[in-house]
Amino acid sequence: MNKIRINLYIYNIRKFRKRKILQALCLFPSLSETDKSKRYRRDKMAASNHTVLQFNAPSTVSLSAKVDPLVIFNICDCYVRRPDQAERVIGTLLGSVLPDGTVDICNSFAVPHTESSEQVALDIEYHHNMLVSHQKVNPKEVIVGWYSAGLGVTGGSALIHDFYSREVPNPVHLTVDTAFRNGEGTIKAYFSVNLALGDLQLAAQFQEIPLDLRMLEAKRLGLDILKTTVVDKLPNDLEGMEVTMERLLALIDDVYKYVDDVVEGRVAADNSIGRFIADTAVSLPKLSPSAFDKLVNDSLQDQLLLLYLSSIIRTQLGLAEKLNTAADQIL
Amino acid sequence: MANSMARSFLQVAATEEVASPLRVVQIEGLVILKIIKHCKEFSPALVTGQLLGLDVGSVLEVTNCFPFPIREEDEEIEADGANYQLEMMRCLREVNVDNNTVGWYQSTILGSYQTVELIETFMNYQENIRRCVCIIYDPSRSNQGVLALKALKLSDSFMELYRANSFTGEKLREKNLSWVDIFEEIPIKVANSALISAFMTELESDTPVTQCDYDHLQLSTTPYMERNMEFLIECMDDLSMEQQKFQFYYRSLSRQQAQQQSWLQKRRSENMARKAVGEEPLPEEDPSNPIFKPIPEPSRLESFLITNQIANYCNQINGVAGQSFNRLYLMKSLLDK
Repeated sequence: MNKIRINLYIYNIRKFRKRKILQALCLFPSLSETDKSKRYRRDKMAASNHTVLQFNAPSTVSLSAKVDPLVIFNICDCYVRRPDQAERVIGTLLGSVLPDGTVDICNSFAVPHTESSEQVALDIEYHHNMLVSHQKVNPKEVIVGWYSAGLGVTGGSALIHDFYSREVPNPVHLTVDTAFRNGEGTIKAYFSVNLALGDLQLAAQFQEIPLDLRMLEAKRLGLDILKTTVVDKLPNDLEGMEVTMERLLALIDDVYKYVDDVVEGRVAADNSIGRFIADTAVSLPKLSPSAFDKLVNDSLQDQLLLLYLSSIIRTQLGLAEKLNTAADQIL
Repeated sequence: MANSMARSFLQVAATEEVASPLRVVQIEGLVILKIIKHCKEFSPALVTGQLLGLDVGSVLEVTNCFPFPIREEDEEIEADGANYQLEMMRCLREVNVDNNTVGWYQSTILGSYQTVELIETFMNYQENIRRCVCIIYDPSRSNQGVLALKALKLSDSFMELYRANSFTGEKLREKNLSWVDIFEEIPIKVANSALISAFMTELESDTPVTQCDYDHLQLSTTPYMERNMEFLIECMDDLSMEQQKFQFYYRSLSRQQAQQQSWLQKRRSENMARKAVGEEPLPEEDPSNPIFKPIPEPSRLESFLITNQIANYCNQINGVAGQSFNRLYLMKSLLDK
């Protein structure tokens, strides 16, 4: 039975050195006594492997991460510009930790590194230089973790994570799958949990945490600009207004169609949607027609006034300019 | 065929390439997001940053940018600023980012960016870079739902005049330069790499409504219009002050001319008297006399800049008023039903 246990141990360890295995083997006899006497917390994943590895319980504060679209843009840009022989890019994530434990990732920069099957080398000085430069602009941004784009979580990742955990107590690791392996691009965030065997650090397990893409600015920009590869012209005021009106019209049409369908029995009625529609229809302010007309007309007149004023000013400018440059002829 | 290949290196180096005029500025989505983030974070303070990219034919590609820290006016921190810039450029070079400065960006409030400092910065950049552009971002106007991003460049004729540092009336009329010719606005094109567009398309599904739309349909524009009007009124005051300077100059010029005429008359009559007596006539000119000193003409640069600014405000007001009309008519029809 001891032999079976050894095999399972080796199967579970992600990063190991020979010395540690031997140590584990030596500890073996003592462990078989302790696992009967101690109580272990079993993780669902571990249950199937019959391990007796001990986990540090993840903190009770729910950890989640929020990412700015800028960070994703940065990462993709770095990936596209990576040197030819590198398979992945690595960089630092900057941001802040909110009081409820959420990690807010605002910015990032790439760090040159070299990687081979045996070791990973990261340019630490570059990392510090860039950090100092970034903090000159925005002193509130601190390191919150690191990212890698190109491959998933590998053995090398654990070493790099180690380095980052020396800078920050609980770094977040972000992976961006640029190869679109599952037919879709996935962005995942992890934070690591140490697996310890008694006092021995055996492995680091990357646990996934929920990731929230905060697309506020992207929305503000207009996703059309960001989605296509080329946009020929930035829309100005009135064109944007036109697009919005069209969208509004389309939405209203959809609602009409839906209500018609429900009335005619083609679609099952959904009470919550019905309530929404009723609420919206009721939210139009109840004013008598004359009062409302007066309101609208007053606003119209104000706007017209401003328009008139600006036209007068422009005429004045044209006139003043002519007078200024032609005035020499008076003499 | 053999002739063209036999051109010596000297000849090739001697032929100057004619720079094709800049027609389009192509910006990457990444740069726009960075600019927006930086300007919004520090609004209402004004911030600047550097643009990096490539100059290709008639298109100026902007591929990356980095922000400048807010600088105090202090001697040692000036050197710090230069160090920061060099450091950032060096670091970015190592990760294969285009290391080429193509201009700078700055944020503004309500479009009041036409200042003499802008022109001076342009001249500074123009010394080193053949083509540079300034991108102006207006975070307050972007709250109205428009992406207020503009690419500016000084026109060539204006640059020559500025170098000669003469803004007198005749020179300007010679060149046919008026206040519209100072800044040239260049159309902006947005480009994204295929990887990014794939990610964005996938991560953010097509929502029927974006934040932009909510901003467009906002009925209350009064605070924005009010501020616009305030700035406009201040500018009009400045403009009238400049006009007064000109009037003063012309009045003193005409007064001086009148004095010169009267002095000349006196001299002439004196000379007549002397001739009658037989003495030598005095010279008709007297350069040491103060009334012959030419009065310097005030520079028109300030008034041009102010005029530009006013025109900008007017344009903005027009834009917002147009949008408001749309909204008001929409409201009207909604309640008519």
